[in-house]
Amino acid sequence: MEKQRYERPIIKKLESNMPNKFGMRTEYRPMTHIDNVGVKDLINEHGSPLFVISEKSVRDNIRNARKAFETRYPKVQFAWSYKTNYLDAVCRTFHQEGSWAEVVSGFEYDKAIHNGVDGSKIIFNGPDKTEDDLEKAIKNNSLIHIDHLDELYTVRKLAERMDIKAQVAIRVNMDTGIYPMWDRFGFNYENGQAWDALNKIMRSDVMELVGLHTHIGTFMLSPNAYAVAAGKMADLAIGIRDKYGHEIQYIDMGGGFASQNNLKGAYLPGTDINPTIDDFAEAITSALINSNFKPEKLPLLILETGRALIDDAAYLLGTVISNKRLSDGRRSTILDIGVNVLFTSFWYDHKITPAQPFTQHTEDTVVYGPLCMNIDVIRENISLPLLNKGDHVVIQNVGAYNMTQWMQFITLRPRIVMIDLEGNVHVVRERENLQRLLEFEKVPEHLKTFEL
Amino acid sequence: MKIKKNVAVSDSGFVFNPTTGESFSVNPIGMKIVEMLKKETPTQEISNYILENYETDAPTIDKDLYDFIEMLKQYSLIEENEKA
Ligand SMILES: Cc1ncc(COP(=O)(O)O)c(C=O)c1O
Repeated sequence: MEKQRYERPIIKKLESNMPNKFGMRTEYRPMTHIDNVGVKDLINEHGSPLFVISEKSVRDNIRNARKAFETRYPKVQFAWSYKTNYLDAVCRTFHQEGSWAEVVSGFEYDKAIHNGVDGSKIIFNGPDKTEDDLEKAIKNNSLIHIDHLDELYTVRKLAERMDIKAQVAIRVNMDTGIYPMWDRFGFNYENGQAWDALNKIMRSDVMELVGLHTHIGTFMLSPNAYAVAAGKMADLAIGIRDKYGHEIQYIDMGGGFASQNNLKGAYLPGTDINPTIDDFAEAITSALINSNFKPEKLPLLILETGRALIDDAAYLLGTVISNKRLSDGRRSTILDIGVNVLFTSFWYDHKITPAQPFTQHTEDTVVYGPLCMNIDVIRENISLPLLNKGDHVVIQNVGAYNMTQWMQFITLRPRIVMIDLEGNVHVVRERENLQRLLEFEKVPEHLKTFEL
Repeated sequence: MKIKKNVAVSDSGFVFNPTTGESFSVNPIGMKIVEMLKKETPTQEISNYILENYETDAPTIDKDLYDFIEMLKQYSLIEENEKA
């Protein structure tokens, strides 16, 4: 006789005051495949944990976003936010789809050049651009988004010395009615800082003011804040036109659209409450179209959307190490996925789906990672189907910021694979090994040997 | 080890404790174990039964059965004077 699939015995007290803090059950179906490739096969071949990126989802996302904006506004350009996920394979997928590069450090800048992006299609943001970085950017005609006055003076000095006109914009911060206001980057709109910087640029012969940039925050849930921001950007641009007779080429609205993830503490799932890309597109484009730009003089609209284009295109596969009962009676499950590779578990209640069939029975569970650290909690409370040791799980919406902010801490960083449009699986980043890490280390001669 | 006499067990996976008024839901394998415990089946025999009928191994059963019985005790469904 064939044996039945084992599920551990559970008994659960029935509470009348549902839902409790573990929330309602959200998992109804196992996730056995990603883009028709078996999760089990992926783990057998590439190990656990494993990041899996769907090329199809990446392309669908950027096409969908372009459509949302291009059907509402005449000139649109996306620039891929490198810090969100700067794996070459991911960046090049976006570049193939027409996205420029948006970088915030010399390292990211060099990566964009390495990926073959023309210098004039690299947007250089951020407060920390070294003189070397700026020289490179000026020489390559890159779009330098000035963050503070010290940088403005440095750019002016370098451009004079190099005798090249630097292509610049300023980053503007402003009150859009949301809290907290990101006023640490760029020049403030309300207190006149932005105008002060613009005047300095307009009075210089070695800087060409090509655009205006803002980035009002990240994981924004309010399309209206973008409408306010776009209106203020349009006012600045029209003010420059009126004062100097100078027309800027573009308005860059930055990134920040919420992805479909669940923010910690939110009562309803992100898929139900987070605005869609169409909502943001409608807010921004209406504000620009309704501003005082003449229809034929509307500037290029640049978007540096990060997380909303990549979060749902990547998955993190993992394996159950053990189930354990805590002293207060709660159930806990230990996965081989720690916060060192799933950094975003500090912000999100990530959805965890078993990769094999399960019954309707669930247990209120705390999900821990494998690190010997108290902070290593993937979910503080989740109503989870019953998992056995060795079972696999799929964590969804992990494409943004994890593969860049992950840490080599206690465990080594795992492999990353990408499934192409034909269902072929490509390794796009190798797993780390001890040898690789030792290459960075040097042991002083007198510490080389010891006796115990 | 024995489930308290007055504890009611339904075929559909519900357990009711009239002393406390509390109800519980139990999954099918848990139900089977509760039924066997009601009949005073020794735990070793229960382990053997699971091992024969389910795709698993002895250490897993050992651990899970122990945990399950602990939960029954915590919910006061096991006779007080019984020792594990
Ligand atoms: C200047 C700039 N542009 C774009 C982004 C991408 O933001 P998001 O991933 O929230 O879309 C960021 C991230 O914070 C940023 O700082």
